[in-house]
Amino acid sequence: MSQTRYVFIESRDPFDSADAGFVPDAATALHARGRPVTVFLVQNGVLATRARARGSHLARLAEAGVAVLADDFSLRERGIEPAELREGVQPASIDALVDLIVRPDTKTLWH
Amino acid sequence: MRILNIVESAYRGTLEEQDDTVLWLSRALKNAGADLTVVLRGNAVNYAVRQDCPPLTIGRTTIQHPARPNEYLAKLQAKGAKVYVVAEDLVERGIAAQGCVPEAEPLSRADLVDLLEAHDQIWHW
Amino acid sequence: MADRTLTLAIMDAPYEAAASTTAFRIIGAALAKDIRVNVFAYEGAVALTMKDQAPHANPVKGTSVEEEAHPTTKDLVAALMAPQLRWVNCGLCVDERGTGNWIEGVTRGGPADFFAMAMESTATLVIPTR
Repeated sequence: MSQTRYVFIESRDPFDSADAGFVPDAATALHARGRPVTVFLVQNGVLATRARARGSHLARLAEAGVAVLADDFSLRERGIEPAELREGVQPASIDALVDLIVRPDTKTLWH
Repeated sequence: MRILNIVESAYRGTLEEQDDTVLWLSRALKNAGADLTVVLRGNAVNYAVRQDCPPLTIGRTTIQHPARPNEYLAKLQAKGAKVYVVAEDLVERGIAAQGCVPEAEPLSRADLVDLLEAHDQIWHW
Repeated sequence: MADRTLTLAIMDAPYEAAASTTAFRIIGAALAKDIRVNVFAYEGAVALTMKDQAPHANPVKGTSVEEEAHPTTKDLVAALMAPQLRWVNCGLCVDERGTGNWIEGVTRGGPADFFAMAMESTATLVIPTR
């Protein structure tokens, strides 16, 4: 049986949303069950990617082994340079997101 | 295909004839034959509270038929959809379980992950 | 011939949410990969295709319509329109918003169409409104 993969598209940031823990909680729980999980940050979700950003859950995701990608357009739009990104966050294109979500056995949730 | 409809956004649709447009959509999907489970989380857990939404008058016009979220949940269940409400989100909002309608079964955040696994599609609204 | 299909449900009215931008980018990227795309436009998203949208000059920026050359959302949909793209506006949402005068290639439908599209798709993505 093929492995179910999960993609969480996170559009919210921890500075504006009290629900910013939902994706890290679900993603780390699924990863702990052995599921491949990717969190794709988009829009203001990338505001949490600066290494010096406070209140970000991204370190928890990276430590848990969850892949964290950040939409390159959203990063550029917000003037976030690659050198500013916290460890474990990789810039990625919208093409990469599409590739992720159309893979077989993949469930995608937008938050 | 088993569909998990996670409803988070709440009380946006007061002006809309369909009331909460995701609960309405859920009913429509059931009518179309969908194998559907509904989870209320975030502020949408308040739909499980026993409530009687008031009519709304704007100028000389009144919306005579306000939303009936409890009824929507009951009708979803009657159609065969399982309806859950995230327990921790109720507690965070100071909502006591005894004030909720029986159609919404409490579910822990941990058990929500089981539902993510058990469904083929996860649609978060 | 495309052998993968992506269905999206979108909800936001034009210009009000960043999610619309991302939705258009996803649709464009998918079509460029020869993926068939179904769009179910629900609630405010049914206004994305309104033929009556018009560009404008910008007195704050001091630019003319020609200088702005700014596409409206209907122009974005038209730019994406292709045989592989099926765009369905939720009919009841259209009625209550008066957005029935839409560009070519768009059709009227409802939740049953969304369900049918999802059933036939490789993947379905719901982009909610807030």
